[in-house]
Amino acid sequence: MRLKSLLPLLVFVALAAVLWIGLGLKPREVPTVMIGRAVPEFDLPPLDAKTQGLASATLRAPGVKIVNVFASWCVPCRVEHPQLSALKNIPGIMLYGINYKDNVADARAFLDSLGDPFAAIGYDRGGRVSIDWGVYGVPETYVIDGSGKIVYRHVGPISDDDLNDKFKPLIDRLREGA
Amino acid sequence: MRRLALILAIVVYPLMALAVGVDEARLSDPALEARARDLMKELRCLVCQNQSIDESDADLAKDLRHIVRERIAAGDSDAAVRRYLVDRYGDWVLLDPPMNARMMVLWLAPLGLVVVAATTLIVVLRRRRREAAAPLTAEEEKRLRAILSATDEEAKRP
Repeated sequence: MRLKSLLPLLVFVALAAVLWIGLGLKPREVPTVMIGRAVPEFDLPPLDAKTQGLASATLRAPGVKIVNVFASWCVPCRVEHPQLSALKNIPGIMLYGINYKDNVADARAFLDSLGDPFAAIGYDRGGRVSIDWGVYGVPETYVIDGSGKIVYRHVGPISDDDLNDKFKPLIDRLREGA
Repeated sequence: MRRLALILAIVVYPLMALAVGVDEARLSDPALEARARDLMKELRCLVCQNQSIDESDADLAKDLRHIVRERIAAGDSDAAVRRYLVDRYGDWVLLDPPMNARMMVLWLAPLGLVVVAATTLIVVLRRRRREAAAPLTAEEEKRLRAILSATDEEAKRP
C-alpha cells in the first residue's frame, strides 16, 4: 500500500529526470567519431611567412595540445578569442590553429587586430584536412593528449563556462595521467 | 500515352538537373555521375541537417559532393564512399543509418511504452471489474438498507 501511493511520485520524478536531461542535449550538434582516435594524417602549409605550418607529427609530441579550427569570416571565432588566449596561457599547453577556407590577408588582419594566440597555423584553404577531422563548421576545438589521441571536441565558441567547467578540468586530468 | 510519358521525361529531367546538385564539375561518364548523384541523395548535409548533400546549398555539402565524385572517379564502390564519410562524420551522415543497438532502442522504446501502458490498463480494468462484482456481505447489506431507508425518510420531509 505504501509503495503504491508512492508510485505516481516515482513516475513523476523519473519523467522529470528524463526531460531534464533532454533539456541539456544539443540535437543539432553532430556527434564526433574522432574521440579516442589518433589525429588524422595531414601536413598543412603555414598561413603565411609569419607563422609555421601544422602537421600531424607536431600533434604527436608529448603534452596536451589544443587545435582550434577558425576563420576570419566566422563571427563566433571572434567571440571565443579571449578564451583561446586564456587557454594558450595555461603553462605547458600548446595551442595550434587550422585556418579554414579563408583568405590569407583577411586571416592575418583578424590575427593582427585580436592577437595571434597560435604556436602554429596550418592553412586549410580547401577545407579538405578539416573534413578529415570531421569538422562541419567553425569554430571547432579539439584537445589532444600526450599520445596524439583526440580526447575532446568542442563545437562552437568556447565560453568562459566552457573554459572553466570543461577545458580546465580535462587539461588537469590529462596532465595527472601523463 | 507512352509517348507522352517519354516526352515529359525528356522535358522534365533536364529541369530537375538544374534544380539540384548544382555543380561545377560533373563526372564525364554519365553512369559514374548517376551513381555519384544517387549516393549524394542518401548522404546527409551536416550543416542543414535535414537535407541530403544533393539538395543542399551549403559550402560543406558542395565539398562533400566533390569528394563523392572524386572517390567514384577513383574507382571506389558505393560502400567505400559511404565508409569514407562515415569514418569522418559517423553514421550521422547517412540519411538511412544502419540498425545497431542504439537504433534498436529508438525503434523499440515506443513499442515498449505501448506494452507497459496496455498491461497497466488491463490490470486496472480487471481489478475494477473484480471489485465491482464482489457481492456484499450480510452485514454490509443491512447497513446499506438502513442508510437507504434513512435517506428515503429525509426525502419525504417537506
